Amino acid sequence: MSTAGTNIAMQSPQGAPARQPLLSVRGVKTYYGNIIALKGVDMDVHEGEIVTLIGANGAGKSTLMMTIFGNPRAREGTITYAGQDITRMPTHEIAHLSIAQSPEGRRIFPRMTVFENLQMGAAMHNMAYFDQDLERVCTLFPRLKERLQQRGGTLSGGEQQMLAIARALMSRPKLLLLDEPSLGLAPLIVKQIFEIIKELNEKDGMTIFLVEQNAYHALKLAHRAYVMVTGNITMSGTGKELLENPQVRAAYLEGGHH
Amino acid sequence: MNAPSITTTAPTDAVTRKFDLGAALKDAVKTALITLGLSIPILAYKTDQSGADLYLTPRWGLVAIVCAIVFGLRLVLHAFTASRAYTKATPSAHQATEPVHATPSAFQHVSRFAIPFFLGAALLFPALVYLVQGGLTESRYWVDLGILILTYVMLGWGLNIVVGLAGLLDLGYVAFYAVGAYSYALLSTTFGLSFWICLPLAGILAAFWGMILGFPVLRLRGDYLAIVTLAFGEIIRLVLINWVDLTNGGAGISSIPRATFFGIPFTAGEGGFAATFGLEFNGMHRIIFLYYLILMLALLTNFVTMRLRKLPVGRAWEALREDEIACRSLGINTTNTKLTAFAIGAMFGGFAGSFFAVRQGFVSPESFNFLESAIILAIVVLGGMGSQIGVAIAAIVLVGGPEILRNLTFLQAVFGSGFDPNEYRLLLFGAGMVAMMVWRPRGLISEREPSVILKERKAISGSLVKEGHG
Repeated sequence: MSTAGTNIAMQSPQGAPARQPLLSVRGVKTYYGNIIALKGVDMDVHEGEIVTLIGANGAGKSTLMMTIFGNPRAREGTITYAGQDITRMPTHEIAHLSIAQSPEGRRIFPRMTVFENLQMGAAMHNMAYFDQDLERVCTLFPRLKERLQQRGGTLSGGEQQMLAIARALMSRPKLLLLDEPSLGLAPLIVKQIFEIIKELNEKDGMTIFLVEQNAYHALKLAHRAYVMVTGNITMSGTGKELLENPQVRAAYLEGGHH
Repeated sequence: MNAPSITTTAPTDAVTRKFDLGAALKDAVKTALITLGLSIPILAYKTDQSGADLYLTPRWGLVAIVCAIVFGLRLVLHAFTASRAYTKATPSAHQATEPVHATPSAFQHVSRFAIPFFLGAALLFPALVYLVQGGLTESRYWVDLGILILTYVMLGWGLNIVVGLAGLLDLGYVAFYAVGAYSYALLSTTFGLSFWICLPLAGILAAFWGMILGFPVLRLRGDYLAIVTLAFGEIIRLVLINWVDLTNGGAGISSIPRATFFGIPFTAGEGGFAATFGLEFNGMHRIIFLYYLILMLALLTNFVTMRLRKLPVGRAWEALREDEIACRSLGINTTNTKLTAFAIGAMFGGFAGSFFAVRQGFVSPESFNFLESAIILAIVVLGGMGSQIGVAIAAIVLVGGPEILRNLTFLQAVFGSGFDPNEYRLLLFGAGMVAMMVWRPRGLISEREPSVILKERKAISGSLVKEGHG
């Protein structure tokens, strides 16, 4: 398999090849009982990048994202964030390290209001910035602003996804992990959400790790990308490279968005 | 995205909005008259045989009761159809995608008037009973009933923290009630400590047992958690029965010191409550004091719960009930959150328990069986999980209802003198539960009050949203 992995650092937007990656995953193996889900994954996310992970259903994309957050825990390998080994750290402590996650399936709190959901996002962090952050989130997602007093469960799917991202943003993360933000959404909303992701990266310099099925949009957005097949990373490169790669096109893009 | 917005305009059909009382009354009277006419040949006279003679026994009382029932039912039917037509004519807030400002939800209706009403009624209850019954001694039964109801209100509110807010199904809550009761009983009989010192100690001990229960069950949820907590409740009871050296076993602990008015005992002699305040001695002083004591304890429980809901820990409890995984990824330590819920819920159980001991002057393991847990849980579930006012209403209905049934002796006129309404208590109790589950499956007050109100309330409710689903 062709891989552009060797000169990854050269392509980071800051152009600082010697820099340590913000998040680095080395030889991570994760099991569900006796079933192996990740078979030794190596991956890096550098500061200021958007990194996308694409792959078919059941490839282990979400598992990798959850493993970074310590649930399930990696049985082998190491995960390092900003120089700190977080492999054995409890999930809630990882969340305190300025990593935020918008988990698969949104997982908002349906009976709590939008405002309370956002409060939960900021609850375990410094509340001093709450008003400021709320303002910012409301600017990013004007629809949420209209619905602050509405219960989470009464929002439409797209709004719930926006709420999930907004809630993750409330903790002022340096690294944002997004699991399938486009899941089950209309193309127009998907476009909107990807634009917001881009804005977060460009304006705020937020590092984003994106797991996606929607390969075309995700690759177009990404600085770098990885392809995962049955628990292994099989390809990596810049988003553009992978978009033009015939194998990727055949497996994930044909019949798609053209 | 842009689903058609359902906003309420002025009701188009003004007739459905108003319940026409005059017409309904007229119709009900008509129905009652028809019943009266039908009753005369059927009900009004009964044939009694005495030897060879046949007598007609008039039963006009029965006829009057039947007519009254028919009248009442007809009126209720009118009210029901009118309110139903009104609901149909008004868009449901549940289905709206835009905020609906018009109809306040059932919760808002209840909360606006019910809270001051209930609070006032609870505060004035002994005085009202005194006026109605015409004497202190005569009102004893009603004040005792008030104490009983308030004890369950407090237990319901305590359990509501665990079940309603944190979403941890606890079938062994009575264990903490028992811990509190025995704490006071043992501390006061062994060391002679006063009630006011024992009360916080009992709370702390119960909270401690709450944490002991919490540790092994941290990983469990739902049914499994329920079974383990059920077992815990039974373990505590069996320990109380079998650890005879400490607890005196099944015989229980008797002659527990009575409550004092902040040091002044309720005795007839010199230095007693009555003598100190220049009143004539009456045993009811103590009962009324106990009434206000449990009222204060219950209000304290409510106050603390309401405050906690606005704090990060309270919000974390509610978030935990909704989605544990999301909680963890937001940086909430779910272990500590669950333990605090168990501990604080247990603490209020402990307070209620020590009150129980001081009121009865006697504790035995028989007071803390599974049925108690079940009743407390039923209060929480029927009241609407997480709703404070709903729990209070459910406690009044479930504890006070059977007592009122005891007094429905007039039913003997209908069903014959052998009829004892008391025997049907549990049957009616069960029927009531079934009816609740059919018509209000999420409890009497199912709407959750947001912990933060921004500018204005909006009548969007989450009652159609299942926990854990979108």
